[in-house]
Amino acid sequence: MHEFDWSSIPNALPFLWDGMLISLEITLSAVVFGIVWGTLLALMRLSSITPLSWFAAGYVNLFRAVPLVMVLLWFFLIVPHLLESLFGLPRGTDMRLTSAIAGFALFEAAYYSEIIRAGIQSVSRGQMAAASALGMTYSQAMRLVVLPQAFRNMVPLLLTQGIILFQDTSLVYVSALADFFGAAYKVGDRDGRLVELLLFAGAVYFVLCFAASRIVRHYQNKLKTA
Amino acid sequence: MAYNWNWGVFLQPTATGDDSTYLDWMLHGLQMTVGLSLSAWLIALLLGAVVGVLRTVPNRWLSGLATAYVEVFRNIPLLVQLFLWYFVMPELLPEKLGNAFKQTNPIMQQFLSSMICLALFTSARVAEQVRSGINSLPPGQKNAGLALGFTLPQTYRHVMLPMAVRLIVPPLTSEFLNIFKNSAVCSTIGLLELAAQGRQLVDYTAQPYESFIAVTVAYLLLNVVVMSGMRWVETHVRVPGYIGGK
Repeated sequence: MHEFDWSSIPNALPFLWDGMLISLEITLSAVVFGIVWGTLLALMRLSSITPLSWFAAGYVNLFRAVPLVMVLLWFFLIVPHLLESLFGLPRGTDMRLTSAIAGFALFEAAYYSEIIRAGIQSVSRGQMAAASALGMTYSQAMRLVVLPQAFRNMVPLLLTQGIILFQDTSLVYVSALADFFGAAYKVGDRDGRLVELLLFAGAVYFVLCFAASRIVRHYQNKLKTA
Repeated sequence: MAYNWNWGVFLQPTATGDDSTYLDWMLHGLQMTVGLSLSAWLIALLLGAVVGVLRTVPNRWLSGLATAYVEVFRNIPLLVQLFLWYFVMPELLPEKLGNAFKQTNPIMQQFLSSMICLALFTSARVAEQVRSGINSLPPGQKNAGLALGFTLPQTYRHVMLPMAVRLIVPPLTSEFLNIFKNSAVCSTIGLLELAAQGRQLVDYTAQPYESFIAVTVAYLLLNVVVMSGMRWVETHVRVPGYIGGK
């Protein structure tokens, strides 16, 4: 049986905290960009302009069919070289954090757009008709009447997707970027205490995600009764 | 941009000296991805069905246990779970069993850890679908079963489950697709499945674009095949009178 020795964790806490900040930074930026780009994709998908809706459908289906690991590998191994040669950046510029954020944002946007599309479609048709009858243009009606109601209903789903995204950020491990999980792995590997550090990382993720999903559920129930 | 496209690279013999081509590498990776996903899916279905049923039974201990199971596997990232199975589990097992595991063929170790990890991770999601399927049945079905003199297990087996199983096929399709995509995570412990072969192709062929495009297309094809297979299943099991039914 393994003999536990947790002594390397207290000293490593500042390093692990830095890692957690990177995880949160990736999560937050990807959520914000993902929702903005996802909203645009959803609007394109619902638009009556055929090329736009085809583009959005193709984009969403492509990203939803490919594993996240594959998307991240594209963004870590291929895209930096492409950008280097396109913009003449010096070789070996460290773009891992930017690549990670871009990869996650573009990937999550596909999932967000499906949530948002369902949200827009759940707003009753009469709302759009009423807005048009009041003389609003299509974009005014979308912006001022339909989207605010759609977003209000979607908040729990968007937040749940955010929790999933936070868990998925651990996959930046493939680029050796020291996010929270990467940091825990490095410390464990260095001190020969991989078992303890991995258990610790698992426990931290569990506590954070469990608490966050409880809060979302609480909010969801409040929304239902309101 | 000067890049030499060379799709012929896949037909060249590999640099390792045996007479396989790079295309063979990709096919091996594809085989591994499919084998891993299918075996993990079978376990996930069985376990998920049991846990999902337990979540709905009128017994606080059983349903609490099942809820805890689902929460644990849903709130820890897949990558962390995989590392726990691969690096931590052999250390925590009784010494004999742990050593036996560590002495097996490394590919077997990677495959077993990956399979258990994907199976349990997915089983928690399957359990949620099973639970919502059972809960979506009108309560009259259960009451009618009990009123006819069935015991609770009999009611589950003969009345509720046959119905629930048919209702949850469409949501299970997306979980089935997910298990193929999630299997790519197993490349991180060195399992040579499709994504890992893609990385290896980049290193060996120095043709990164062709390698990654080929692997991405392979995933897309896999997705299409699974989706059409499941659509066939869906049309055969759907329940008349329900949304999407005949």
